[in-house]
Amino acid sequence: MTDYRMHLLICGGTGCKASESSEIKNQLDQYLSEYDLDQEVQVLLTGCFGFCEKGPIVKVLPDNTFYTEVKPSDAKDIVMEHIIKGRPVKRLLYKNPKNDYEVTTATNIDFYKKQIRIALRNCGFINPENIDEYIGRDGYAALGKCLTEMTPEEVIKEIKDSGLRGRGGGGFPTGLKWEITRNVQNDQKYVVCNADEGDPGAFMDRSILEGDPHTVIEAMIICGYCIGADTGLVYIRAEYPLAIERLKIAIGQAEEYGLLGNDILGTGFSFKIELRYGAGAFVCGEETALIHSMEGLRGEPTVKPPFPSVSGYNGKPTNVNNVETFANIPVIINKGANWFNKIGTEKSKGTKVFALAGKINNVGLIEVPMGTTLREVIYDIGGGIKDGKQFKSVQTGGPSGGCLTKKFLDTPIDYDNLVEAGSMMGSGGMIVMDEDDCMVSIARFYLEFTLEESCGKCNPCRIGNKRLHEILTRITEGNGTPEDIDRLRVLSEVIKDTSLCGLGQSSPNPVLSTLNNFMDEYLAHVNEGKCPAGQCKALVRYEINPELCTGCTLCFRNCPVGAITGERRVAHFIDQSLCIKCGVCFEKCKFNAISLT
Amino acid sequence: MSKITSLADLKKLREEVQSKIKLRENSQNPDQMIQVKVGMATCGIASGARETMKFFVEELELQAIDALVTQTGCMGYCYAEPTVEVILPNKAPVVFGFVNKTKAAEIIDVYIKKGQLIDGIIPVTFKTIDE
Ligand SMILES: Cc1cc2nc3c(=O)[nH]c(=O)nc-3n(C[C@H](O)[C@H](O)[C@H](O)COP(=O)(O)O)c2cc1C
Ligand code: SF4
Ligand code: SF4
Ligand code: FES
Repeated sequence: MTDYRMHLLICGGTGCKASESSEIKNQLDQYLSEYDLDQEVQVLLTGCFGFCEKGPIVKVLPDNTFYTEVKPSDAKDIVMEHIIKGRPVKRLLYKNPKNDYEVTTATNIDFYKKQIRIALRNCGFINPENIDEYIGRDGYAALGKCLTEMTPEEVIKEIKDSGLRGRGGGGFPTGLKWEITRNVQNDQKYVVCNADEGDPGAFMDRSILEGDPHTVIEAMIICGYCIGADTGLVYIRAEYPLAIERLKIAIGQAEEYGLLGNDILGTGFSFKIELRYGAGAFVCGEETALIHSMEGLRGEPTVKPPFPSVSGYNGKPTNVNNVETFANIPVIINKGANWFNKIGTEKSKGTKVFALAGKINNVGLIEVPMGTTLREVIYDIGGGIKDGKQFKSVQTGGPSGGCLTKKFLDTPIDYDNLVEAGSMMGSGGMIVMDEDDCMVSIARFYLEFTLEESCGKCNPCRIGNKRLHEILTRITEGNGTPEDIDRLRVLSEVIKDTSLCGLGQSSPNPVLSTLNNFMDEYLAHVNEGKCPAGQCKALVRYEINPELCTGCTLCFRNCPVGAITGERRVAHFIDQSLCIKCGVCFEKCKFNAISLT
Repeated sequence: MSKITSLADLKKLREEVQSKIKLRENSQNPDQMIQVKVGMATCGIASGARETMKFFVEELELQAIDALVTQTGCMGYCYAEPTVEVILPNKAPVVFGFVNKTKAAEIIDVYIKKGQLIDGIIPVTFKTIDE
């Protein structure tokens, strides 16, 4: 038999690999050869399927069966039951959380229904360590088309017409950036791929590099052809070992095929790609800081202009694009700008990958058309809020973004709508919060992050954020005053206006957006000394209601600090000076006698 | 690996490797595909379903017919094993009984290629096996 009749795709993304997906592959291989099926059934490791929360994932084709939370010990059943007898292994099927029914095929899982995969098209579909599989999926066809049938100007026009905007956060039109870099005269130019991905919680760039590294390589060569560069540099954080390894393998294979190197496809065009490692500082994702870091200097931003397009790496014109931006390029060339620009909204074309996280049922990586509403993402794809709680807010754009409320749930997601709503697209982090989250604490949490990541070069960011953080801490500890709220606002505006780089300019966003949308929570903290969500420990009090307390001693026995006193069958009492507000007694009490105020 | 030195080379390689992942692409939209489901429960296997399945896979490939050949569990027609369900795009599923190689060849030549019904159909009282 020449071709396999069945393919078993096992997720080899970072998430699933951590849960032994390689061992699952070994076990499957072993059982298949034991039953003489290894010539009929192919087993391969792919990139991330996006449904990491339910990983490791195993997908069986052609019947499209989707197994979740698979363990190496499940391999035997998959082979014996599914492959030999044709019966899906029920206990491994995904259960729809809404009705507990098993869902057999991937296409029927709500998580995938509204998704359109362009940037992630090959993730979870091909073996990223085999260039042939990429080529089989039209890989390098776009490069071939550009080099042999199109002039650089024509390629740039196609990208401009597609309406593609940068996915790294700023949303700058990609075609225009390429044109600007092309028009700067210089004998040496560079293409840089920004794979720093510093936004905590975002992992789309990592997943693309792990699941489909060739798409980024292909796009970088095309970019080099357009702007007139012969060298590409990928700036990737050293904390992404698997992505680095896959990228290295991919570069090696492309070189062996002659798709990287001299005289590509006999056209005389030459291009090489090298890796540069970052130490994982958030500010190094900012393009000027990134370039300095690559030059061996301190990773600090410098004033723009000059933009990297004019004077970047080693002072040469440098085109910096994000991983996901690049991943869209080959598809635009293959399918045409007019295919791409029909997807999305008027000013934001195509799709965007989001990393869904927080208090949501389906945590994972999704790709949806621009213009999808937050409600669709959170409720249809994300499966709604965990444990049936109430939605409170969704934070988009990471530490530079803002917290949006219920009233924005039906806003179509695109660059401009999010900015107008007081947040931003950022790199696509999306963190959902429920009724138990205190918005003041959330703002403080983000400030803590920017505070640590600020490079310290300019005063508003270095000192201003520290003051913001102090004020927020004061409020969450119950020492805030109404004047503090005004201070927060004024200081935020000043930091925004006077910081040098995007980090400082956007760091007060979480504060401003929570001030705008959740003023009542701030006021409850400073005026009433209360934390409505019950999160700020200094502001909550656990008390035992003597009427309800049966004296069962359960709380007494569980309190870690001995703050509870009382005799058996006599109402108990909490000594507030000892209580550390851990909430254990509240959870343990079977008679609802302990209240939280 | 030998070098790819021209666009023609690349296209040639693509054609060669495409067949290796075609099965995966086809299973993305099964509704538009010819689907052949072979009943492979214990009774089916005992009565030669594996050979039938192999024959379908090889013969369809030989004749360059794009189809998804899958296996399913017991269809409840144990007396007529091996049973095979064929779904042509936009058509109701049809179940054939006692499908040996000869019958399989007939299914491919007459039903799959020409859309004409042949003997050996089991009256279907259910929708599809998956439901
Ligand atoms: C503080 C800060 C962090 C950034 N981090 C990243 C990052 O991790 N990845 C990224 O692609 N862009 C990041 N950017 C945006 C880059 O400066 C740059 O705009 C982007 O890489 C350009 O590519 P694009 O046009 O394809 O989006 C960051 C910007 C700022 C201000
Ligand atoms: S705004 Fe902050 S991170 Fe940016 S240059 Fe100034 S101190 Fe550094
Ligand atoms: S909240 Fe914790 S520390 Fe306080 S009384 Fe209850 S169990 Fe003890
Ligand atoms: S890492 Fe396996 S699904 Fe994401």
